[in-house]
Parts: sequence; C-alpha cells; structure tokens
Amino acid sequence: MATEVGTAAGAQAESVGMPQLDVTTFPNQIFWLLVTLVVIYLILSRVALPRIGAVLAERAGMITNDLTAAEELKQKAVAAEKAYTDALTRARTEAAKIVAEAKVAIQKDLNAAIVKADAEIAAKSADSERRIGEIQAGAAEAVAAVARDTAGELGAAMGGSADAVAVAAALSARLKG
Amino acid sequence: MATEDHATGGLEIHPMDQFIVKPLFGGDYIAWYTPTNVTFWMAVAVLAITVLMVLGTSRRSVIPSRTQSVAELFYGFIYNMVEEVTGHEGVKFFPYVMTLFMFVFLSNMLGLIPTSFTTTAHFAVTATLALLVFFAVTIVGLVRKGPGFLAMFWVSSAPLALRPILALIELISYFVRPLSHSIRLGGNLMAGHAVIKVFAGFAGVMGVASVVPIAAIVAIYGLELLVAAVQAYVFTILTCVYLRDAVGEAHH
Repeated sequence: MATEVGTAAGAQAESVGMPQLDVTTFPNQIFWLLVTLVVIYLILSRVALPRIGAVLAERAGMITNDLTAAEELKQKAVAAEKAYTDALTRARTEAAKIVAEAKVAIQKDLNAAIVKADAEIAAKSADSERRIGEIQAGAAEAVAAVARDTAGELGAAMGGSADAVAVAAALSARLKG
Repeated sequence: MATEDHATGGLEIHPMDQFIVKPLFGGDYIAWYTPTNVTFWMAVAVLAITVLMVLGTSRRSVIPSRTQSVAELFYGFIYNMVEEVTGHEGVKFFPYVMTLFMFVFLSNMLGLIPTSFTTTAHFAVTATLALLVFFAVTIVGLVRKGPGFLAMFWVSSAPLALRPILALIELISYFVRPLSHSIRLGGNLMAGHAVIKVFAGFAGVMGVASVVPIAAIVAIYGLELLVAAVQAYVFTILTCVYLRDAVGEAHH
C-alpha cells in the first residue's frame, strides 16, 4: 500500500504542482515573514528576554544567598557543639581534680590517725614491757631472798652456825654462775 | 489539514492543496502586501510567542508558574546552546537566535493543528530564514575578522598541495549552506504533512477499513510532532554552528 500511496501522491503532486514553487506568492510570504521576524525580535529583545534573564539572575542570587546563610548557620552549629564539648571537658577535669583533692585529704587524715594509733600502741607496749620487767626483777629478788633464808636455815639445822655474810656471798656466786 | 477530501467516487487526493497561499479576504491576486493565510498564521505565531514569553512571565515570580517555567525552559535551552556552540562572544546574538527558534518552533507546532497552514513548509520562508543567517554570518564575520574570515577556507592543517582543492570544497560547502539549511526544514515539514493528507484521502473512501489509514495518521502525527521539534532544534543549532565561524576562534 505504501508504494501505491507514494505513486498516487506523486502523480497528484505533479498534476497540481507544488504551491511552494509558485513564485508569484514569494514576495507576499517574504514580506510577511520579515514583518513577523521583526515583531518577534522586538518583543523578545525588548520585553521577554530581559525579564526572564532578570528572573533567572534573581533566582540564582537568592539560591546563592540561601546557601551562604545555610553555611553560616552550619558554622554556628559547629561552634555551639564545640563550646558544649569544651564545657563538658572542663567540667570533667574539674570533677577529676576535686576527686583527687578529696582523696589526698582523706589519705592525710588516715595517715595521721595511723601514726597516732601507732604511737599509742607503742606507748602501751612499752608500758607493758616495763611492768613485765619489774615483775621479773621482783621474782628474781624473791628467789634470791628465799634461797638465802633456806640456805641459812639448812646450815643452822645441820648444826653449824653459818655466817650470814658468807652464805649471802656464796649464794650470789651460785646465782650468777 | 485533513478534512476537506471526501471524494465521491474515485480517489481524489490533493495532498499539496494545504500549502496553497490564499488571500484572507477573497480575490485572486496576491500582491506583496496582501494579507494572506501566511499573514494569519504568522500572526498566530506572534500571538503565541507573546502569550508564552510575555504574558506567561508577567508575574516575574522567583517560584515560576507553569507557563513561566516553559518560557524559562526555552530561554535556558537556547541560551546554553548559543553559549556552548558559539562561545562567549556569540551570546550577543542570543536574541536573534531566540527569534529564529521561537518562530520556527511555533510555526512547526501550529502547522500540526488540523486545517491550519504551515508557514515553515514553504521554501520562500525557510530560504529567507536561511539566507538571513547566511548573510548575517558572512557580514559579521567580515566585519569582525576582516580578511581573516577568509582564512577558514584555507585549511592550514592540511598538506600544502591539498589546500587549494580543500579551499574550493570549503567554498562550495559554504555557499551550499543556505540551500541545505532551508530545504532540510521546509522539505521535512512538507513531506510529513503531505503524507498525512494522502492517508486522510484514503480514509475518506475506504468505509469501515479506514481505521487502518486513521491509525496510520495517528502514528505519523506523533512522528510529525517529533519532526517539528527536532527540525526547529536542528535549524537553530546549525545557525549557532555557522555563527561560530563568524565570532568564534579559528575554524578547526
């Protein structure tokens, strides 16, 4: 069918002729075309294009401004976050310092208490030692006295009259040996 | 565009009738100043451009309305194209390129309204557009670069023996530009519209079976929408490419 159409169209076009090649209408078309082009050119170049250009420039400017503002706000947010972090860090340091000071103070009190307790313990044990020494010395003297008395009595009972001084000397030598 | 062919008996298709230039207010003679359907549809294009680009942006909102978004889309699209293709120097030609693009694009689109008249399917129109670009590029190039503009025909990177031949080829291709530039646009639109008309003619005589040509018309119409946009784009980007020769750095 396509070829049929083609030949039919061709034949018709040939018999009618192409209106495009009708030279008598050319001046008319060219004249009105030039008028149209001049009108369109004036409308576009005087009114439409400057207006659209201005709108586009305004929009581009606005977008740029908004982006700049957004950037500034972002910077501010970052700064605020930094300030917050700094404050937090400072507070932590402060707290750590306070804790350390408290620990030192407590340690000092503790040391003092320990020293005091040690001194008391030392005093008490010294006292106790002294009393033990006294008791031991008392016991030794008592033993010597008993031995002397017993020796004097034994001598007397055996029939000899013992010289008290000689008995004491002999006893002292025995006790030392 | 597709409604007037209800042939009674026999296949009568006049696919080219839609391109006939007629006076708006009767009469047969067409003088250069006669208001014709060309005038009418160009006026509609101007109106559409005004509504889109002027009324649509009248609120100048930073958050655009739908129409303003479309206007800004066109602006950004063509502005970037001019800046990328012709370089920074070419930006001062942006209103001119924008004019061409808006006219070609809207004429192409308006031409797809059934029973409308497609101004850009006429070689008189597209050739004038292309010649305007051609002369603009040539004059701007000669004014800005002086004789240096002619250096683009002298391919300095080629071997010396080849350069005269290449210069000839470059020269011919330079002068063929307006021809290819205009016929590409006009031919594409004319062909598409003529094909739709032929299928419409079939639909008029085929009875129930005309579902087939109507379906074909729907498909071709979609294709033509694409062609209308793409050809406007191609015409504009070629304009930018030619402008680069005049304002940009050395050719290649």
